[in-house]
Formats: sequence, structure tokens, C-alpha cells
Amino acid sequence: MIVAILDVVVAGLLLGGIYALISVGLSLQYGVARVFNVAHGEFMMLGALSTWSLNQALGLNPIIAMAVCGPVAFVIGYVLHRTLFKRLRRISASIGAFEGSSMLASFGLLFIIQNVANIVWNTQTKAYTFMTYPVSIFGALFAANRLVTLAFAVAFGVVFYLFLVQTRLGKAIRAAAQDPKTAALMGVNINQVLALCFGFGALMAGLGGLLVSMSYPMQTTMGLEYTIITIIVVALGGMGSIPGSFIGGFSLGLIGSIVTKIEPGLSLAAYYLLFMLVLWIKPTGIMGK
Amino acid sequence: MNPGTTRKSLISWGLAILIVVLLGLVPLYGSPYTMILTTSIIMYAALTVSWVMFSGPTGNVSLAPAAFMGMGIYTAASLGKFLPLPLVILVGAAGSFCLALLVGALTLRLKGLYFSIFTFGLVLLMRQLVLWYEVRFTHTRGRFVVVIDNTTIFYVMLAIFVVLLITAHRLRRSKYGAALDAIGEDEEAAAHTGINVTALKTITFSLSALFMGATGSIMATKWTYIDPYIAFDPFFSFMPVLMAVFGGMGTFYGPIIGAAVFGLLEELLLTQFPFYYMLMFGIILVVAITYLPDGLIGLVTKWKKGGRAANNASP
Repeated sequence: MIVAILDVVVAGLLLGGIYALISVGLSLQYGVARVFNVAHGEFMMLGALSTWSLNQALGLNPIIAMAVCGPVAFVIGYVLHRTLFKRLRRISASIGAFEGSSMLASFGLLFIIQNVANIVWNTQTKAYTFMTYPVSIFGALFAANRLVTLAFAVAFGVVFYLFLVQTRLGKAIRAAAQDPKTAALMGVNINQVLALCFGFGALMAGLGGLLVSMSYPMQTTMGLEYTIITIIVVALGGMGSIPGSFIGGFSLGLIGSIVTKIEPGLSLAAYYLLFMLVLWIKPTGIMGK
Repeated sequence: MNPGTTRKSLISWGLAILIVVLLGLVPLYGSPYTMILTTSIIMYAALTVSWVMFSGPTGNVSLAPAAFMGMGIYTAASLGKFLPLPLVILVGAAGSFCLALLVGALTLRLKGLYFSIFTFGLVLLMRQLVLWYEVRFTHTRGRFVVVIDNTTIFYVMLAIFVVLLITAHRLRRSKYGAALDAIGEDEEAAAHTGINVTALKTITFSLSALFMGATGSIMATKWTYIDPYIAFDPFFSFMPVLMAVFGGMGTFYGPIIGAAVFGLLEELLLTQFPFYYMLMFGIILVVAITYLPDGLIGLVTKWKKGGRAANNASP
């Protein structure tokens, strides 16, 4: 009995760690840069499939692949904001208009990224093996790769949180999140900061995808479901809050794991119910202001 | 209203009737291929016009068309054997209307973006729920749909489209249309002038869903076999948005032109180069949003007015 409960709880936490990391990325992109990036899951898919390719072609260890995938994802995100979203921001009449048009543009990105991936990798499901030996946690057995995934997800979240709280650039990002206009008046290079945020968001998604690829099979269509889950996590935790994303991510992971144990076909329905409840009781999310 | 506008509206009504009559002649004089192609273009036009009916004036981007269309598709698949076609379409339309009423009442109070997110997830949610039901209770994955000949499908689709056009036009010209515009300008201000914002938004949203459901019920008969992945395909949520953005949402004909262009492109490219087609779809969406804020129609008006007005073309 205890092993069965532990089984569900630990599985939920492992899943939750990935949800949390990716959600921090979206939280930055929407909470600070105001871009509701529907293509967020696609960056994740790119991270996962690039890791697979590096592993297959060069035999590269996924942990080393982080050093390649992370910076590349960051640069793609940064450049996207400097070109596309900066222009949209300039031509939009209001922040509301910008949110609408940037969301539609990110739908365009979703199609572009997914189909470039379809052309490069085709639609077959792919997987590689990495640290598949079992590890026992109080009697419940888990593959070692999933523990590595969780450890890295938490470590990335903590590092980024410290970066936001401790450094000068982190302060500028937090200022831009509160009030972009005033931050700009105080000497923050706002376009630079927003582009950096978008880049960091893409970085989180890319690394999240890399971590997912260690323990789950992947295909080019995997992004959409993660995008939906991420949106729910961010709504649950509160836009722009890193602790909120972690609380939301782990809660959703746990709920998903419990529901999957009882009735495997209904996990998304459970997430939705939760989403509705949060929006009704506290629309700003758990940690939202 | 001055005589100029009356003449203009007479011309546009005449043009609309002429187009409908010409479309009605397609099955009599065109090849079967032309007829099937025209059916699919009318389907996209119907989806786009009903999408614009709600999302155009209010500015709340709904990503639920695929959910409502899927509702109609599943109605046709499960009731097609027992009920005559007109009744199936009515039930499909009513089912979508009720689903939209529920979703609208729950989410249209929320900030615009949450509405978009919720409606988008609704497609995936419906897919999962239907799949779960089928696997659990009927022990199948897909269903066969009663086959109907292509000419009937064509005329029924055309009839739905005509009813939709008249409804959309009447709504736009009525006081409710003006109220919807006011909501789009500023929701709070609209509420202060005595408009029941949530109720009006919910009803309009449901009305647009009704036509999407009807479209789904008739088009299902063309596909003969369906499963939750075919019926609830997010693609049908994106197409109306793209077609409307591309054609220009502000005008009546913009969305229809957008639908015609993409309907043709899809026919030419989708079966042979699916990935390249979808890739182009994404590129056009991004370019249309960044460089054509008023769509193709906006480009034409801008070009007519000349360079002088180019700077204030976007409000």
C-alpha cells in the first residue's frame, strides 16, 4: 500500500519537475515580455529532437548536449524577439492589441517550427536509451534517468531564481515585469531586457525538452500538449512568479499522476477542472499579485 | 443614409445574390471535382464568417471552432443512421450551441487571453473525453458515417452558408451589432452604457458555434469514417483565424476572400506537400500579422486611397 502511494507521489514529482521548468519559461515570456507564446512547447520539441540527433549521430551524452542546445535555444528566442515581437510591439496601439497579435504570431511560429521539424525529422516516434537502470526510493522503483531529470529541473529553477534576485540584470527584468515604461525611464534598456526574457524562456523550454527526451519517447507533435499543460501551470501558479511556477508544476504533476493511476484517459480533463477552479477562485493564480 | 450608400448596398446585395446563384449552378455545369472543391471552399468560408461574427467585433480570439465542428461531426456519426439529414444537422447545430453557451457562460467573464487559452484547450479536452468514452463504453475508436451523395452535400452546405451570411449581416446592422462593436472598443465603457456584456457575448459566441456545428454535421458525411483525432483536429480552429486575418476582418468580404484563397491553396498543396503547405501557412500568418494589420482588403483600400492615407491606415 505504502509502496503504491509512494509510486504515485514520486512519479508525480518527477513529472512535476519538468512541468515546473518549462512553465518558468512561459511565465517569463508572458509575465515580462507580454508575449503569450503558444509555440512554447515547440521549442521543447526542438530541444528533445536535437538531443536525439546529437545522441544518434555523435553518440553525445544528453547532459553534455545541454551545453549545445541551451545556448542555441536562447539565441533563437532572443533573435525572434528582436525582430518579430519588437516590431509587433511598435505597431500595436495598446498592450492589449499587442497581446492579441503576438499570440496569433506565435501560432504562426508553431506551424513553422513544427513543420520544419516534420521535414527534418519526419513524424515517426523516436527514443534513445540513457541511464535506464532502476533506482529504489523506499521500495518504489524508478529509472535513474528520471531522477537526473528532476535534479536538473530543480537546479535550473533555483539558479534562475537566484539570478533574478541577486544580479543587476535580474533586477532590471523584475522592474520591467512590474512596469516597462517606468523601468525604461529609470535607464533600463527595455527592448534588450524583453528580448533577453524571451531568450531565457526559449532556453528553459529547450532544456525542458532535453530533459524529457532522457526518459520519454518523442515526436514532432509532442509540443502542443505540453503547451496546454504549461499554460495551466502558469495560470495556477501566477504569471511571472518563479516559485508559483514550481508550486503549480508540482501540483499538476501530482494530480496527473494520481488521475492516471485511477482513470488513465482523463488526465487532461482533470487539469481542465483544476484550471477552471483556479480561474474562478483566484484568477491571478496562487502566487499572483 | 445618403443615396450613395443605398446604391452601394444595392450593388453589394446584387453581387451577393449573383455569386450564390452562380455557386448554385456549379453541380449542374461543373465537373464533380469542381463541385467537391467548391464544397470545401464554402465550408471554410462558413467557418470563417461564423468565427468573425463573434471574434471580429469583440476582439476575443476564439480557438474553439474545431470543438464545435467536431460536435457536429460526432452528431452526424452517431445519429446519422436513425434520423433524417435535416434533423441530424439541427441536432448538431443545437448541440454546438449548448456547448458554446456553457463554455461562454463559464469563461467570457475572464480577461480576453484566458478565453483564448480555454477555448484552445477545449478542442483537446473534447478529443480526450470522446476518445475515453469510445474506448471505455463502445470499445471502438472510430465510427462510420452514413454516406450521402456529393450534390446533396453541396446544396446543404450552400444553404447553411446563405443562412449564415444573412444572419451575420442582420446581426452586424442591428443594435446588437453596434453593442458588440462597443464591447470591442472598451468593455467597461460598454457595460456602463447599459449593455449586458457577458450575456451578449455568450449569445453571439453560441450563435457562431451553431453554424460551426451545422457545418460539421454535413461535412462529416463526406469523410465516411471518423475518429476523435479526425473530428477534433486543432487545424480547423486555426484555419478560420488565418483566413480572417489574411483577408481582413473589418469588412464583410475579407474573410470570404481569405477562405477562397486558402481553400484553393489547400487543394493544390495539402495532399502532395502537407508539411510545406503547413509551413507556408505559418509563414503567411506571421507575415500577415506583422505587415498587413488590415488584411488583403486593407491593402486594396490603402492602395486605392494612395500613399497619402498610408500612414493612418491602421487605427
